[in-house]
Amino acid sequence: MNVIQQVLFAVALIAAAVIITRRVKYIAGAINLGRPEDRSDNSGERFKLMMLIAFGQKKMFTNLTVALMHLVIYVGFVIINLEILEIIIDGLLGTHRVFAPYIAPVYPFLIGVFEVLAFGVLAVCVVFLCRRYLTKVSRLQPENHEEMRPRWPRLDATLILIFEIVLMIAFLTWNASDSVLRDRGIGHYGELKGIVPDFLISQYLKPFFSGMSDGGLVAYERFSWWFHILGILFFAAYVTYSKHLHIGLAFPNVYFSDLQPKGEMKNMPTITKEVQLALGIEPNITADATGNAAQANENGEQPSDLGKFGAKDVPDLSWVDVMGAFSCTQCGRCTAACPANITGKKLSPRKIMMDTRWRAEEIMTGKQKNGADYTDEKSLLGDYTTVEEINACTTCQACVNACPININPLNIILQMRRYKVMEDAQAPASWNAMFSNVENNQAPWKFSPSDRFNWADEINNK
Amino acid sequence: MADMTAAGDEPEILFWVGCAGSFDDRYKRVTLAFVRILNHVGIKFAVLGPEESCTGDPARRAGNEFLFQMQAISNIQVLNGYNVKKIVTACPHCFNTLKNEYPDLGGNYEVIHHSQFLQQLISEGRVKVADGQPFKGRKITFHDSCYLGRANKVYEAPREVLASLDADLVEMKRVKANGLCCGAGGAQYFKEPEPGRKDVNVERTQEALATGADTIAVACPFCMTMMSDGVKNQNREDSVKVYDISELIAQGQGL
Repeated sequence: MNVIQQVLFAVALIAAAVIITRRVKYIAGAINLGRPEDRSDNSGERFKLMMLIAFGQKKMFTNLTVALMHLVIYVGFVIINLEILEIIIDGLLGTHRVFAPYIAPVYPFLIGVFEVLAFGVLAVCVVFLCRRYLTKVSRLQPENHEEMRPRWPRLDATLILIFEIVLMIAFLTWNASDSVLRDRGIGHYGELKGIVPDFLISQYLKPFFSGMSDGGLVAYERFSWWFHILGILFFAAYVTYSKHLHIGLAFPNVYFSDLQPKGEMKNMPTITKEVQLALGIEPNITADATGNAAQANENGEQPSDLGKFGAKDVPDLSWVDVMGAFSCTQCGRCTAACPANITGKKLSPRKIMMDTRWRAEEIMTGKQKNGADYTDEKSLLGDYTTVEEINACTTCQACVNACPININPLNIILQMRRYKVMEDAQAPASWNAMFSNVENNQAPWKFSPSDRFNWADEINNK
Repeated sequence: MADMTAAGDEPEILFWVGCAGSFDDRYKRVTLAFVRILNHVGIKFAVLGPEESCTGDPARRAGNEFLFQMQAISNIQVLNGYNVKKIVTACPHCFNTLKNEYPDLGGNYEVIHHSQFLQQLISEGRVKVADGQPFKGRKITFHDSCYLGRANKVYEAPREVLASLDADLVEMKRVKANGLCCGAGGAQYFKEPEPGRKDVNVERTQEALATGADTIAVACPFCMTMMSDGVKNQNREDSVKVYDISELIAQGQGL
């Protein structure tokens, strides 16, 4: 019987490892759909940022209550997983609480800590479900936000909370049933009698099990043990499909996030080349990306391909932007801070990130099915995100500021605007008028450039 | 600037007036207020006058990178030609673009916003608000500009400038890093807003009015227009005024 369990456990473990490896490759492939961009600079500053914002959750603490609740789940997740090491060894070797005899003095304390955290996680998950469905926190409601209306985002959020609750119940009742078996001195459970006492929380659950027969207790102990560990393996695989990837991706996402001032837009060196030629200036810019083009120009030739300006689809974005899309937990703090969204415009920074992820997955799945060269007729801008959305942005950077893990929806919006204006030559008529004023009158309005200094008349004529 | 250079002279600082400061009737008054302060303190400054051109910010934010770089590179040629080292501007958009985006194109200057410049003058004691305190007991609320605040983390300078007025500074609900945009940024100023329930400037003005302030202080030409329009929209233009921080300082000095 024990051997069968051991074999089954090994099979489950291997199956989970295979599925997760496959999914990690899929996600890495999807992120690499994005353009290469060097972010190997300033490693010290980046590490510090990662420790503060990802590890230390600094930006969560703009709302203390929510931050503390999230912290319970986060610490619980990390620390309770230490217990998984023992569970895996027990599962493979057919032992029971293998560490207990070796670390007897601290073992009950450790399990006590796990139990307190498990209870905390359970309670917070209940509160989080209430925030979503009873007190109806605005940014989570499909009534207020179009991108939360499809079934999957809502189901995903609900499933994961229920899942955590069930797993924590399994863990606590497993300890309780095990304690009763230990008291009764049944089989190998009894071997730990006198070594392992009752645990901090599960001791209060013992009355539920004291009326059960020995056989029934052993059955429940086995059921809850298996349920708990299979649940964790399932959870690990499920996370790779869900918005909860942030538990891992938050760290690289913060590490590789933008370091420049939030107001700075990235330069386009290929354009600089063109402009310098147009103005008759010797091209002398340092940007390395244009090295090839510069050489071509020295030989008096036009570079054959300037590449696409801006972004129409996921492969036009930087891999950092695509990673942001996979790191996004759809919490909606960006959207709640967005002036366009607050005043009822269609733009929602969260939707920009979700669109980017869905489109990246669509391309990736297409390539997996039909080969690496596969392309379809769809694109991020047009089939997912609309021009009305990107044009509503005030570039105020509130979304960038609000994101607890430094995702930058604004960058994606601006890249799409560049595509729309420079590749499609489409802009609202009044923007075109503004462009032509800037070009011809050196100001966004139609004033004569020679009148620019007229304001001084009032002082000079005094 | 051309005159100064011709005379073999060099200014302490170049005042980048910006398009709104040059052409917008309301913001020209801000330009004049700031210039009066500079003259009063005896700062040797220059302006480019007709040689100044749009920094290209609205073109870049709207997606027209080509036009932006045309403007930027031409401006950099002018600025470098005069060997400009230090620039002050009363426009956060010009400030952000000159400071953060021109270096990539070969324009490296020390760029400060007029709120920072005024703060320096005040802390050095060169600008003192006259006795008699025209602001005592008045309530002022400051609206953070995105391109000054979030974009460049200048939150305290304008507040310290206002603090020197000895008025009652009241804060809105969403301030500093969480400040709500006036609705003009990202070239929104130059087109009609997308369909929605409400205009952004109305949302922000309502928040400002809720503080009970009689003065909304701004530090950006576009915030100035948006907030002034918002106050009109709420029919409060008789009781609530929108001023740039330099206008308040100039008033305080009796300039």
